[in-house]
Parts: sequence; C-alpha cells; structure tokens
Amino acid sequence: MAYTINDFKKGQPRWCPGCGDHFFLASLQKAMAEIGVAPHDTAVISGIGCSSRLPHYMATYGMNTIHGRAAAIATGAKVANPKLTVWQVSGDGDGLAIGGNHFIHANRRNINLNMILLNNRIYGLTKGQYSPTSPRGFVSKSSPYGTVEDPFRPAELCFGARGHFFARAVATDAVGTIDVLKAAYNHKGAAVCEILQNCVIFNNGTHDSVYSKDGRAKNAIYVEHGKPLIFGENREFGLVQEGFGLKVVRIGENGITEKDILVHDAHCEDNTLQLKLALMEGPDFPIALGVIRDVDSPTYDEAVEAQIEEVKSAKKYHNFAELLETNEIWEVK
Amino acid sequence: MAEKLVVKELESVAVRFSGDSGDGMQLAGNIFSTVSATVGNDICTFPDYPADIRAPQGSLTGVSGFQVHIGSGKVYTPGDKCDVLVAMNAAALKTQYKYAKPTACIILDTDSLKEEDLKKAEFKTLDPISEMGIKNDVIACPITTMVKDCLADSGMDFKSILKCRNMFALGLVCWLFNRDINIVFNMLKEKFAKKPGVADANIKVIQAGFDYGANTHSSVAHTYKIESKNKVPGRYMDIMGNKATAYGFIAAAEKAGLKLYLGSYPITPATDVLHELSKHKSLGVTTVQCEDEIAGCASAVGASFAGALAVTSTSGPGICLKSEAMNLAVIMELPLVVLDVQRGGPATGLPTKSEQTDLLQCLFGRNGESPMPVIAATSPTDCFDAAYDACKIALEHMTPVVLMTDAFIANGSGAMKLPQLSEYPSINPPYVPEEMKGQWTPYMRNSEGSRYWAVPGREGFQHILGGLEKDSKTGAISTNPENHDLMTRLRQEKIDKIKVPDVEVIGDVEDADLLIVGFGGTYGHLHSAMDEMRSVGKKVALAHFKYLNPLPKNTSSVLKKYPKVVVAEQNMGQFAGYLRMKVDGFVPEQYNEVKGQPFVVAELVESFSKLIK
Repeated sequence: MAYTINDFKKGQPRWCPGCGDHFFLASLQKAMAEIGVAPHDTAVISGIGCSSRLPHYMATYGMNTIHGRAAAIATGAKVANPKLTVWQVSGDGDGLAIGGNHFIHANRRNINLNMILLNNRIYGLTKGQYSPTSPRGFVSKSSPYGTVEDPFRPAELCFGARGHFFARAVATDAVGTIDVLKAAYNHKGAAVCEILQNCVIFNNGTHDSVYSKDGRAKNAIYVEHGKPLIFGENREFGLVQEGFGLKVVRIGENGITEKDILVHDAHCEDNTLQLKLALMEGPDFPIALGVIRDVDSPTYDEAVEAQIEEVKSAKKYHNFAELLETNEIWEVK
Repeated sequence: MAEKLVVKELESVAVRFSGDSGDGMQLAGNIFSTVSATVGNDICTFPDYPADIRAPQGSLTGVSGFQVHIGSGKVYTPGDKCDVLVAMNAAALKTQYKYAKPTACIILDTDSLKEEDLKKAEFKTLDPISEMGIKNDVIACPITTMVKDCLADSGMDFKSILKCRNMFALGLVCWLFNRDINIVFNMLKEKFAKKPGVADANIKVIQAGFDYGANTHSSVAHTYKIESKNKVPGRYMDIMGNKATAYGFIAAAEKAGLKLYLGSYPITPATDVLHELSKHKSLGVTTVQCEDEIAGCASAVGASFAGALAVTSTSGPGICLKSEAMNLAVIMELPLVVLDVQRGGPATGLPTKSEQTDLLQCLFGRNGESPMPVIAATSPTDCFDAAYDACKIALEHMTPVVLMTDAFIANGSGAMKLPQLSEYPSINPPYVPEEMKGQWTPYMRNSEGSRYWAVPGREGFQHILGGLEKDSKTGAISTNPENHDLMTRLRQEKIDKIKVPDVEVIGDVEDADLLIVGFGGTYGHLHSAMDEMRSVGKKVALAHFKYLNPLPKNTSSVLKKYPKVVVAEQNMGQFAGYLRMKVDGFVPEQYNEVKGQPFVVAELVESFSKLIK
C-alpha cells in the first residue's frame, strides 16, 4: 500500500516559528511515506526536550518518554517486537548528556533502530543552557563567562561505540535529510542521523555556514558511496589523503585531476577515513553531509530471535509444564 | 559397636555447613537439603555468604555458611541454631560456633586446624576446642588427608582433590542422618553428566565420608532419623526463592499468551533471576542485560508498550535508579513488574544480607502522586505465586507492580508442590476492543478503571503515550488544573479498586491476647514464634501481610480486634508507620531489628512474651 505524507501527519506542531524541528518533521513524514511502512507498524520514541515533542505530531504509535532514556526504551520496544520499525528521536542534551550511556550502548549492541540526533548545540526547553555539543567558550545562561569544557563530536562518540551507521543532514535541506533517513531505514542496525538544526531563540545561527543552500554549496560536501569527494560551488575542490589526514586540493592545480580525488567508501569496515570526514570543520574543510558510514553487521534484535529459535530446536522443553520436569522431582504418596 | 549406636528419631534438625567461601559449602548444603526433601522431609534453607567472592583464604571474613532445617512436619525457618555444625576450617569454627546449640555435634577437619590456620583465625592457642570452651560432641577427623588418600589414584591435581573436601563432610552428615547416599550419587551423576570424572571423584569421596562415620561411629552417641508426615501427596521439587520468582514470571507469560521480556542489570541478591530466565530461551523468554539499572527498567517499559509481559529485576539500590522509569509506567499506565530482592542498605549497604528496609521506597519512593501495587512474597516457594499475581495485576490493571522479596527468601529454598498452570487463574489484559476503532482515545477506561491496551501493529489504534500529563478524554498533552486533579484521582482509584485477598489470621483467632503482624519474608519466623508461644499456653495470633498496596479490605478490622498488636519487621518500623497512616487510631507495639540476619525465633518469643505478661 502506498502512503502519503498526510498518513503520517497529526496535530499542529507548537515549536517556535523558524525552529529547525519544523523542517525535520516534514522531512521525516515524507521519508516515512516514501519508505512505505504502515503508520501502525511504526513507533516513534523520544525523550524530553523541544525536539522530543515530535511523536505528538506523528500519526504512528509513539512515546514521548523521560529525559535521556529514549534509546533504552526504544531498545526494549524493538527487541520485544522486532516487527516494529522504530525511530528514536533525541536532541543533543537528551541523547548525548543525560542519555549518553544509552546512546553508546544502543550503538554497541547494534539494535535495529533509526536514531535521530537533532543537534542545535543548546538546551532549548530549559531556556538556554550550554549542551554537550556546545563549543568550548560558549556563552549561555549557565556559562556567562564561557564554557571551559570541550564538546562531544557525535560521530566520534558513535564510532567509539562501534557504530555501523552515521549520516548527517541539515534540517533545512529536505532532499538531503530525506536521503539520509531512507538510508538509515535501509541500514539494518543502529543508524545514527545527526541533523544540524537551528534554535532561533537561544542559539540562533549556530549552523549558519551550511543552513542555506548557498552556504552548503560553499561550505559543505555531500558524500556518496563510490563517488569522488568533490565539492565547491563549481565542484572545483576535492579531498585527498595526505599523511595521516585529509587535505583539500583544487582540481586542475599542481597537476591534480579528478582521478586523484579520494573516492568515498561508506562500506569500509575500518572507520578511520570516515571519522576524518565526519570531523571536518570550517573554515579549512567543508562539513560532510550524507551517509558517512554504512557497514553491515549482525543486529542485536535479529541475533536474539535467532538464538531463541536455535535453543528451541536444541532443547526438549518448550512450555512451563515441561520446564518443571527438568528439575529433580520426588513424589509424596 | 554397631548395635550400641542409638538412632534417635527427631521432629526436626538443623545442619549448618561452614567453611571458606571457596570450600563448596553452599553445594554440600544444597545437596543435603534436596536429598532430605526427596525422602519427604520438609526443608527450609538459608545460605549466609560473604560479599567477597574470595576473601583471603582461612580468614574470618571469608567464611561461608549454609543452614538446612529438615523436619518431619512443616518447618517454617532455617532454625535459629543448628544441631550439627560442619566447620571445614579454623575460621569457620571461630565464627560459626555461635550458631550451634549446646547439644550440637561439631564436625571438624583437623588438617585445617594447623598452627598457621589457627593464627589466621586469630586463635591464641593451639587448642581451639579448649580455647573456645567447647563441650559439645566433636567429630574431629583428618578430612583433607583422607580425601587425598581416597583420590590418590584418580590422576587429579592437588587443587581439584581439595575441592572434594565438602563431599566428605556431606558423606559424613548423610551417615549421621541415615540418608540413602544412592540418591546423592544419582544427583551427582545427573549434575555432572558431561564430566563423569568429576562425578566419580565426588561419589568416591562421599562414600568415604559415609564409611568413615559408619566404621568409627565417630564420637557421637547417636545418629538421627527424621520421618515424614503430614505431607500433601503430590510431586515436589526443591526450589530457591529467586528461581521460584523466575518460574512465576514464566508461568504468567504463558498463561497470558505473551512474550516474557526481562530487562535487567546484575545486582546481588537479585541476579539469579536474570540467570534463571536467561536459560529458558526455548520457552521464548527474552532477557536483555542492559547497560545500567535505568536501562533495565526503561527497556522493560519499551517492551511493555510493544506488547510483552515486561519485567525488570533488581535490589534496593537499583530501585533508586529505576524509580524514574517506574513512574513513567505509572503515568503511561503500562503493565510492568518490578522485582526488588531487598538487601541491607542504605547505599551499597550489606549486599548479601537480608532486610525489609525498602518498603517505603517501594510504596512511595517516586516524585508526584505515584500509586503502585506492592506485593511481598512470604517464603521461597511463595515467590512463585507472588510473581504470578504481580504479573496478573500488572496486566489486568495496566499498571507497574512492585514485587518485593528479600535476600533471605530469595536464596533460601523450600519444597514446592509442582504448580499446575491449569489451576491458576486466567490473565486477561484489557486489550482495546476492535469495535472502539475510530472513537478510542488512550485514556478511556473500563469498569475497573483500567485504560485499554492497544499494542503497536494494530491498525487504527495509533496513539502517543508519554511522561507528560494527558487529557482524560482526548489523550493530548494537558496542563489543565481540573484535568490533572482528575487524572491523579483516576490513577489512584484504579489501584485502590484492585481486589486482593483478605489477610488471614492464624493461631488463637478468637481470643488472642497478642496479635503478631508482619509482612513478606519474615512469615516463617513469626509463625514459628507464634507456635512456640502457643505451645506453652499463651494466646497468640498472627496476621501476615503479602498484599501491601492496596491493603486487604479486612486490615482495619483485624488490627483493631485484639487487645495488643505487635508489628515485627526487619527495619525501623516502616510497616508499622504505614499501617498507622492507613488505619485510624492504630497504635501498635513494635519489634524492629536491622542486623541483615533473619529473625531469631527465641528472641521473638522472649520479646513478645513480655508484652502479654
């Protein structure tokens, strides 16, 4: 059965006008319609925060739970009912601060979840404190003199937890967002999508360099598996490997041709270069968008099911009465 | 000599096996209790083990004990003190002698009473028997030497040979109690089916221990025999509380036709439930060992939403961490069973010891108005029924339920008549009826006040639950003051309406001068205390509570019927305080003890008797 975006829409979102969540919500609903899993076979599970209100605007099954626990709750839902397609939605505070432990373990276990990380580098719902993705020196209500700590870089955390899928998109870029969401759905296992999103009230402009189409043309690179890593308004730049790192080169200069440009391999088991791509920042490097890592690996939920089936055929007891008989039993007459 | 040995018939006997925590005392004790149960004795066991896995060998802190109480009739406790004490080393003798009756027989391994052993156990002289003033019968034998000789040709290394010392002691105890050691042999053959060498070695050593007793008659005046009587005919098994709890969950899931999901994190003394359930994948049981206690509970909430019978297991410190997700289940009105196997607190406290100090935490330890049914199992075998009931209530009333046990009943064991699932009540969750499609909202309620359960996958019943207060009619987020007040009351009423059995009064129901009141795992000790007092003519009754929230309907009338009431509990008075809150004008006497050890019946009797002088 074919679905339209309206099959996934519900209610009137109450985010601030201009909030990146509005853009993302529309992309998610469109992606779901294109993916074609029925709304009643879909669960959207969030924690707490502005972005975690999202399930209320979905016509699927859903839960808007407690702060930080979305990944753990989604884990239970998926393992208990593997037929469900589960989307877990968190902000940077929900997913990486209070929920950091669940984030890394969902990745390590490789639960088949689509894990959305809406990153605006701020706590919005509590009105403007720095988050674990705010840059060092960030001035906020709880850091009036600037923070004295380094932020997490989500990809690094994901890879450190042995994550097998990481993609990035900008909330205002519907096409790019829908692409990574569909890729996340098609990936079997934990699939982290970092969505760069603006908070118009408390952290306006945090992703300015890539928030507009022009900005992305100048400051971003769309990575695609099997394609050379070329970017720039006129596709005049490329990435090459140099020493232990990456380097930006201009195509046509110093004898560099398209053939010299590094070809993206999202399926490479070794995440070294994928991590280098993911960590690129301006002004010297473009920000990588698209599917950065997408490696096949056994999923936890399938392995659990498979083990149950295996043990079922190996063991002779399959119900409670038979289980009792496996014990030392005596009879009193 | 044989004809001079007297076989003494007893009503009940307690045996305490003690030694280094690596000496296999728990195994020896377990086998002895199972063998006794197999011949129809009633049994009650109590393992008392240190928190350290391997404390320094021979040290006083590393002593592990296992007490078995066997009786011809019903036994309710592991016994205050033992009739036979097996002490495998000097430290065990030093620390465990206090648990021996003056008439007890003491079995010692003289090979482990050498100078250095005695020094480690902080003895001042080389004669521990005189130093401690022990006047009991003592069977002192060179157990280590005999085990070594016995297994000299086995090809086993010295370390493995030493591990069989517990079996020599077991053989000796089997002789002392006229046990049929063939039953033991069969058990070992089954246990070590894949390692016949180990089974053979153990069997050889048990036989050697048994023969040693029979040949020397040791230095005891008599052996013992415990006949069985008053047993309900049927098929039985020996079961520990934690295993019975796990079985209760499995049984309830099967009855309800649901997948059983356990989200858990290892914690003493609850971990055996995780171990037990992890074994039974052939019954479709899904267990997830989570990254922390929080995820254990949170993932169970997720599993419940997705349509499973969801359980999370822990002990007190874990309840602290789970309370947030438990509360989420309260407001989302999803079924969930939270198992709290209580241990000594606060904080890490006494991880291997038993208390009832989590009661108020389980009843009230959450933010907001957060009513939750609480059930406390009363014995190792009752853990099965209590777990089954907890699941039934959770599923039928769409609520999280706390199931309380404690280290004492979780690790203790009893003889359980095999439960027949067909005799247990059916479990019928309030699934949303198909005809409500189109008009249904998530907080519509049935006549019991429970909301309906719409499991994902059902077309037309998509809905959003969450931790924010919802409108009673539409299910949308609501901060409306009247609505919040209404929802708070509806959640409370739903719990208050749950039907639980009346609390039963036993003993001198009509004319007791003293009513003993307790809850949970102290049932055996309080029952025994009552029995002892009645046996000397005192008028005493016992009301022991299993259903703590909601309380049984007859609670008030029972508590007010008797001239004097004493609430006895292993905390500073939590249940007494709770009852005072629930029953107007109720002012009980209190008996409180927080030692991490089971009650001592003699102490209860002494204290209670003073109340009715």
